[in-house]
Amino acid sequence: MFGLDKKDTSKLIIVACLALLAPFILNPFPTDSALAQFNAGYPDLMQRFVIFGIFAIGFNILFGLTGYLSFGHAAFLGVGSYSAVWMFKLIGMNVIPAIVLSVIVAGLFALLIGFVSLRRSGIYFSILTLAFAQMSFNLAYSVLTPITNGETGLQLTLEDPRILGVSATADGSIPVTNLFGLEMRSTFEMAVGPWAFQFNAGYYLCALIMLAAFYLSIRIFRSPFGMMLRAVKSNQQRMNYTGLNTRPYTLAAFVISGMYAGLAGGLMASMDPLAGAERMQWTASGEVVLMTILGGAGTLIGPVLGAGFIKYFENIFSKINDNVLHTWFSFLPDGMEDAVVFIIHPFIGKGWHLTLGILFMLVVIFLPGGLVEGGQRIKGWLSRRKAKDGGKAAGETNPAE
Amino acid sequence: MGILEVKDVGKRFGGLQALSNVNLSVQENSVHAIIGPNGAGKSTLLNCLVGKLIPDTGSVMFDGQSVLGRAPYEINQMGISRVFQTPEIFGDLTVLENMMIPCFAKRDGAFELNALSAVLKQKDILQKAEHMLEEMNMADKRHMHAAAMSRGDKRRLEIGMCLSQEPRLLLLDEPTAGMARADTNNTIDLLKQISEERDITIAIIEHDMHVVFSLANRITVLAQGTPLVEDDPQNIRGNPKVREAYLGESA
Repeated sequence: MFGLDKKDTSKLIIVACLALLAPFILNPFPTDSALAQFNAGYPDLMQRFVIFGIFAIGFNILFGLTGYLSFGHAAFLGVGSYSAVWMFKLIGMNVIPAIVLSVIVAGLFALLIGFVSLRRSGIYFSILTLAFAQMSFNLAYSVLTPITNGETGLQLTLEDPRILGVSATADGSIPVTNLFGLEMRSTFEMAVGPWAFQFNAGYYLCALIMLAAFYLSIRIFRSPFGMMLRAVKSNQQRMNYTGLNTRPYTLAAFVISGMYAGLAGGLMASMDPLAGAERMQWTASGEVVLMTILGGAGTLIGPVLGAGFIKYFENIFSKINDNVLHTWFSFLPDGMEDAVVFIIHPFIGKGWHLTLGILFMLVVIFLPGGLVEGGQRIKGWLSRRKAKDGGKAAGETNPAE
Repeated sequence: MGILEVKDVGKRFGGLQALSNVNLSVQENSVHAIIGPNGAGKSTLLNCLVGKLIPDTGSVMFDGQSVLGRAPYEINQMGISRVFQTPEIFGDLTVLENMMIPCFAKRDGAFELNALSAVLKQKDILQKAEHMLEEMNMADKRHMHAAAMSRGDKRRLEIGMCLSQEPRLLLLDEPTAGMARADTNNTIDLLKQISEERDITIAIIEHDMHVVFSLANRITVLAQGTPLVEDDPQNIRGNPKVREAYLGESA
């Protein structure tokens, strides 16, 4: 289907189901239950899942295929956001021009940075991209204030021209982002018994774009171009002596992944029309590296999983506080309860980074292939068990690779 | 005029004159061996031919065109393929994919942004790669990871990859270094077969006299960065100067 083989089609379908049914899947607990705080099915968070999914999918095209580790991808995300907000200020509140411009501007910016950075490889490349991203961050913060509005961040105002729209709505407020009239913030709430499921227009736009981006990345992975990128990772010497010029290949991969980042930035601004310099900071670049490695670099589905995993932790674990812990462990005797809460305390709330860090270490040490490898090991283990249960003289079942 | 003409090439590394006044003419469709003791400048010369090094003086002409100042991939596209001392292949890719990449390079040139068509739909490339694998007797290994193969197989694959580009000149840098006797003999047979069946010129740098004398029909002896003598194999064997500089030393 769509020019994909069976295995890839099933991957696409799995991601499509996960994305389109996310309001159900992420809301497994009834609204009033004690576990309701583990629900992640609200629009704001779901949008972030898929937007960072796009960011990580794009990053994986560069890092997963060519092995070039960029530490500056947040710069493209930030540039995308700024471009989108400028479109909202100048043209109108429709998200399409904003998203298109953010992809184009991020692509051009990536061409410039990539052209310089790709003269080096390995650690030097990483440092160059990091330097460029920090430079962009600092410029956005200070010198470029007329464009970026510095520390405050770029916001919409009532004085913006919006030549194809209105500067202010009839009741005197700033208009909201929309797709040909469909407001991005409009949410349909469906109550089923004790559950409340939310369907948000903005989320579904992001999800559909994410599916398109995922589909495109599968096509790139399976194309001759994708094979050349893997060859770059494997042996540049042989590439050169096989009549292939590695520079344009790596540059194309860099620009494509920069455009993915720009798309993510544009979507972010389309959901919430403001852009700040902190989106370009090195921590943001580091986050996408973590997502990709955690999910499984070089795999198709890994980055999406990694992005969801980290964003879930960031938003759900950070919200657990001592009071919540006390209610959970109230069944324990008083002294024990306090002791347990004391032990868990550093890992929750503001300490969620510690939990994430430990998980990341465990994954890198025990599952170098990321969550995807974990899934494959479980699958292999299950099929081995099945083979044994079947009473066959279970021949070696090859672990899936 | 040979297909490869090296004239007065010199190369200095700091205080070391690695090559001086090297003149070499490789005739089309011959097997030309370059031998010499360690440090004679064989590898430096080879690197000057493929664009890895640029000589300080002299000229290198391939088929009437200068190769100096061109990048390795450009020189390769002119028709010179190189086999390395340790096989350089794409270890993370399958054997079939390894074989497809030079086919793409031959068809599409140095760069092609072919990002939306599937590899499996490139029937002509697949067919050519499969055909070359069969010729190399490796068809049964096509889905193996290239890094998992034995050294002899890696060498076979590398030679096959070079051949699938249909080069006019094949350069081999000690192709049998570190190989067991059986693998060495297989490689000799393979190279013999290649030079007989194909319209190809082979230049080979080798240490192993057994390999040199079973393959070459022209030999250049290099010593201390300059060619000592260039002649047919039977004359080289008896040449006292060569014995002194090279064979005598090793005997």
